[in-house]
Amino acid sequence: MNGVHDMGGMHGMGAVRPESGEPVFHHRWEARVFALARAMGAFGRWNIDASRHQRELIPAAEYLRMSYYEKWLTGLTGLLLKHGLITEEELASGKPTPGRAKEQPALPAAMVAGFIARGVPASRSSSRPPRFRPGQPVRARNLNPLGHTRLPRYVRGKAGTIDRVQGVFVLPDTHAHFQGEHPQHVYSVRFEARELWGGDAAPRDAVYVDLWEEYLDAA
Amino acid sequence: MSHSHDKQRLPSEPALRVMALESLLIEKGLVDREALDALVETYEHKVGPHNGAKVVARAWKDPAYKARLLADATAAIAELGFGGLQGEHMVAVENTPTVHNMVVCTLCSCYPYPILGLPPVWYKSAPYRSRAVIDPRGVLRELGLELPERMEIRVWDSTAELRYLVVPRRPAGTEELTEEQLALLVTRDAMIGVALARAPKGAGACATEIG
Repeated sequence: MNGVHDMGGMHGMGAVRPESGEPVFHHRWEARVFALARAMGAFGRWNIDASRHQRELIPAAEYLRMSYYEKWLTGLTGLLLKHGLITEEELASGKPTPGRAKEQPALPAAMVAGFIARGVPASRSSSRPPRFRPGQPVRARNLNPLGHTRLPRYVRGKAGTIDRVQGVFVLPDTHAHFQGEHPQHVYSVRFEARELWGGDAAPRDAVYVDLWEEYLDAA
Repeated sequence: MSHSHDKQRLPSEPALRVMALESLLIEKGLVDREALDALVETYEHKVGPHNGAKVVARAWKDPAYKARLLADATAAIAELGFGGLQGEHMVAVENTPTVHNMVVCTLCSCYPYPILGLPPVWYKSAPYRSRAVIDPRGVLRELGLELPERMEIRVWDSTAELRYLVVPRRPAGTEELTEEQLALLVTRDAMIGVALARAPKGAGACATEIG
């Protein structure tokens, strides 16, 4: 979707303001929502692409107003409701529906270290050869899906060069909507700054973007 | 709130809402409070840029390791015991006298947790996400790094599940330093590519020390 989350190349967002001695979390609730999202994700009812898409669905003005972890809280709450792990009534009352049997956590404390160490690999084995090779000129397709995609607006229709073949990965465009993994090759594609931004850009600078095979055409 | 038609909840008071959500999920049995504590403890105290600094220091010291790191960063980083969540697929990119690399995630805020910990607020902010790709030199200037025009800047937008580590250039005058001493020169910002590695004490850092 052409949402406000797709920020590359936008103007008007202000200056980058680093904070010296920044803590990992600025408030306890940020730490808790970070951990809650991981613990609830472990149920496997959704995946990383679906959770990214859930945050993209936050209305644009709210998305820009919210802090990072407010977006996490909003996204997590939406996913919990959508996938039936809590009900609207429970959220409103703060209490479990009476009479329901108690559930079991998907991520008990004893499993945390192993979960972090293993991670959630998104690569898949495939014997299919890559369609493109390093050095090959390509053009990013001009796709404007209403759903989730990881093809940023600023490269659509632009010409680039395959820098390297990164392997075969789950396709977010379908995975986010529970329509299958459709694994395919991902390429780091080099786009010259002048191709993206015009003649005023620095002549040698470039942006490298990781793109799935179906985002690309041979050029 | 139960009458709200919005699919997305817009928390007016996040702290209260998180507290209520956590207690609801615990009461339902869906969440183990100690698991939450362990997750927080890991990212608040165990995982952080000191991990990545060890990787870079090893690469500076050991050319064979650097070659492995640039060829297969996930495996090379695993040699030092790091990996896992949000570092499943690592790529290392090396700064040289003619090329400077920096990393952004324009679409969300992807970041290599196992070697850098959780991202700082500025990295997740709209200004950095919007401008790093169109005005990298301006962004670097705001962060205190002025690069010469002849230097090629490569911005890596981590749109997929690959996570990037910038291997900064080794500062001059560090030939005698141990790997542990070298690691102290490798900052988080240098591994994102918005700063250079620190100069060793007594060499080159005089401007700030005198100033």
